[in-house]
Order: sequence, then C-alpha cells, then structure tokens
Amino acid sequence: MMIGVIDYGMGNLFSVSKALERIHVEYKLGDRPQAIEGCDGYILPGVGAFPDAISALEEHDFIDFIKEKVTDGVPVYGICLGMQLLFDSSEEGGRNTNGLGLFPGTITRFPGIDEQGRSYKVPHMGWNELEIHHPGKALMTDVEEDHVYFVHSFVVKTEESSILYATADYHMEVPAIVGKGNLVASQFHPEKSGKPGMQLLENFCKVMCKQ
Amino acid sequence: MLSKRIIPCLDVKEGRVVKGIQFVDIRDAGDPVELAKVYDEQGADELVFLDISASHEGKKTMIDVVRSVASELAIPFTVGGGIRTLEDIKVTLRNGADKVSLNSSAVNRPALITEGADYFGSQCIVVAIDAKYDEASENWHVYTHGGRTPTDWLVTDWAKEAVQLGAGEILLTSMNKDGEKSGFDLPLLRAVQDVVQVPVIASGGAGSSEHFYDVFTEVDADAALAASIFHYKETSVQNVKAYLKKKGVPVR
Repeated sequence: MMIGVIDYGMGNLFSVSKALERIHVEYKLGDRPQAIEGCDGYILPGVGAFPDAISALEEHDFIDFIKEKVTDGVPVYGICLGMQLLFDSSEEGGRNTNGLGLFPGTITRFPGIDEQGRSYKVPHMGWNELEIHHPGKALMTDVEEDHVYFVHSFVVKTEESSILYATADYHMEVPAIVGKGNLVASQFHPEKSGKPGMQLLENFCKVMCKQ
Repeated sequence: MLSKRIIPCLDVKEGRVVKGIQFVDIRDAGDPVELAKVYDEQGADELVFLDISASHEGKKTMIDVVRSVASELAIPFTVGGGIRTLEDIKVTLRNGADKVSLNSSAVNRPALITEGADYFGSQCIVVAIDAKYDEASENWHVYTHGGRTPTDWLVTDWAKEAVQLGAGEILLTSMNKDGEKSGFDLPLLRAVQDVVQVPVIASGGAGSSEHFYDVFTEVDADAALAASIFHYKETSVQNVKAYLKKKGVPVR
C-alpha cells in the first residue's frame, strides 16, 4: 500500500510524513499529479490562507486530480486547511474564493461574539473534546470522544449533518471530522493530536485505503 | 469545551537541554527529545523550546532538534530564541515546529510579525513579551534581550500592537515573578487579557498546583507555562492536571 502526500508548497509535510513513518505506512510526496499517480490513498495537508492554497493547487495541477480521485473512489484525507479547501467556498482574505466543492458548505471566520453577545477569543487554539456523531464509519474505528488539538480562525459552516462525523464545541458547533464515502477530512492535525489523532491516520491508511 | 493548557518550557543550548533537569528514568537528561517524550507521557499539552545558543553552530543544531522532536512526538510545540527573519521562521516551521515565538526580534522590527503571519497564518506566530513592573509609572514595561534591555513600550500597548500586526498568541512572562515560585502575576495577566482577543500563555511564578488553578480561574488565562517546578520534579504535569480536574478546571 502506498499513500500519496500532495505537496503544493502549503503544508507541514515533515510532521505528517514522520507520523506515517511511525505507523509504518509507506508514502511518497509529489508536487505534480504524475509523481503520485496510482497511490492507494491521498493526503491533502495545508497550512496558510485559503486563496493562496487554491492558487497553489491550480499551479501544481492538483484540482482536477483530486476531483478525479474522489470520483474514482480512491480515499482522500484533507487536513486542516486541506479540509477547508474541499468545501464550496471561503471568505478568507476578504473576498469569496471557490473551493473544490466536494463537500457542501462554506468557510467563514469565527464571529468572536457568541449568541449572548459576549466576545470570545479567535483563533480557536488548544485541545478540545470531540463529540462523535457517526461512530460506525471506517475512519472512526476505535476513535473515542477524546481531546484533539485545534488551531484555526476560520470554520466550516454546513447544513449537511450527514457529513459531520464529529464536532467540537467552541461557542458554536465546530465541524471537526467530516466525511462522505471515500472522502474524509479533519479540521485538526491528526499528527499533532496525540493518540486519537494517530488512530485516525492509522484508520485512514490501514482501514480505508485497504478496502 | 476547550481545555486549559499546561506547557513545560525547555531551554536548549547548542542542542542540549540546560538547567540541570532531574529525571532519573531517562538515559540522557540533556537530550531534548528524551525530555520531550517524558513530558508528553506526563500529559503536557504543548512544549516550548527556547534556543539560548550563542553560536551559529548552535542555531543549526536547533533545527536538528526541531526535526527530531517533530519526528517522535504527536503534540504541538513552539520554538523561540534567535528567530530574526522570515527565513528563520520558514526553516523552523518547515522542519516540524508548529509555532515560532518572537521576542526581541519583533520589538526591533515589528514587520516580522506580519511577514510571518501573512506567510503561515497568525496561529503560527507567538509573540513573547518579557514584562517588568515600574513603580514610578505604575505600569509594566517591555524588556528585550532576555530581560536585559528596557524598551519604551508599555506591555499593554505592545501586546495590542503585536496582535494588530498578526500575532496569534501572546506568551507573557512576568520578570518580577520569574523564579519566585509565589504564583503567576495575576494583575499583569489581567491587564493584557483585557486588551487582546487572542490566547494568552501565562509565564513566570509557578510554584504549585494552586498557582495554576489561580491563573486559570482568576484571570482566565488560556495556558500556563512553567520550567523549574517540572524540571526539578517539585511536581509533575500529571499532578497539576489531576488537581485542576478535581477543582473543575477543564483539562485534557
């Protein structure tokens, strides 16, 4: 089995690569589709701003590649910004940027003011507890309602509750793990989220990609 | 609910942890990776590595330390000390650190905060502030260069400015409380919490579990950093967290 890590210049590839090594999963990095064609599953990492990331994906010819893989039923896992890119659009950077549209929903900034009018801190930073809604999914095997490490200022807004495998509570419901068939993603970095995070990575590689 | 973070801080010089850390159960008490693992097992929520190397070689060694820690640990960590340029930020983050902490370099050239935040996002940029109370002006002043150099900045003004420029978190050290083990500097923390809307890490003064309880409940700090009480095993991260949990403070 081989995992392809999509390298479009916007991710913390080192940490995710090392996490794959710790669970004994073979992987290769590729900055062009040709370099990672034919893998059993793909990881789309991402750190930075949404508009820059979409441009970078375009420059590296990865937009159609990712869409094709998802259509073909190949497992794909988006991490952090890599998750947000899979949705319809984002308001990050003060304008609307289209995403890949593979999940229904948009990306907006945390308002920083709750329903009672009290202000709260942005970014959402630190360990927060998962609330699991779809424990039966392959990705969620042996994943418990444990703490994972969040760090983000923008958040997914979606009406589609069937994709919300797990959420966290930060003054609003925060989509934490989303999925639809072979396409899955997490707002947090699994490789920086202790045991539950490593379990997710392992499930993706060893359960989903092996099916 | 978001939990309160406990963050041990390790001083690293030429690739070795300094300040005589006392752990008997590890092979090499000066090895940053070994110590990081101990703290990870104890339940540390994040780690901070402060590079105090003077030499150029030492700085290069720090990148090896960053790579080793990122290779072996599944918790986030911050690297500070001697990060002066966007290139330094890039190298540190690309080798596996999650955040960089900027101190003197940000005061000298505030644009560095914006450059880093624009490139990697605010969440990667921590601005560390060393604060000292001045009796005459009845206010806290910013010091740089390890607390040796006073600046014209009031702490509250600089904190606001840093956040405006793109800092995603403030690491606030009280020079008055540092090493005293008499508790965190609650008035200082309150003053800064009142003016910024990003997470604040309290630092300086931790001497007991009660001090962590106070800083989380009385000023609602997001995280608390300590060095010597953990290094010298006066308490452990586990003990502090067990105490906080018993008292109803959300911890992991």
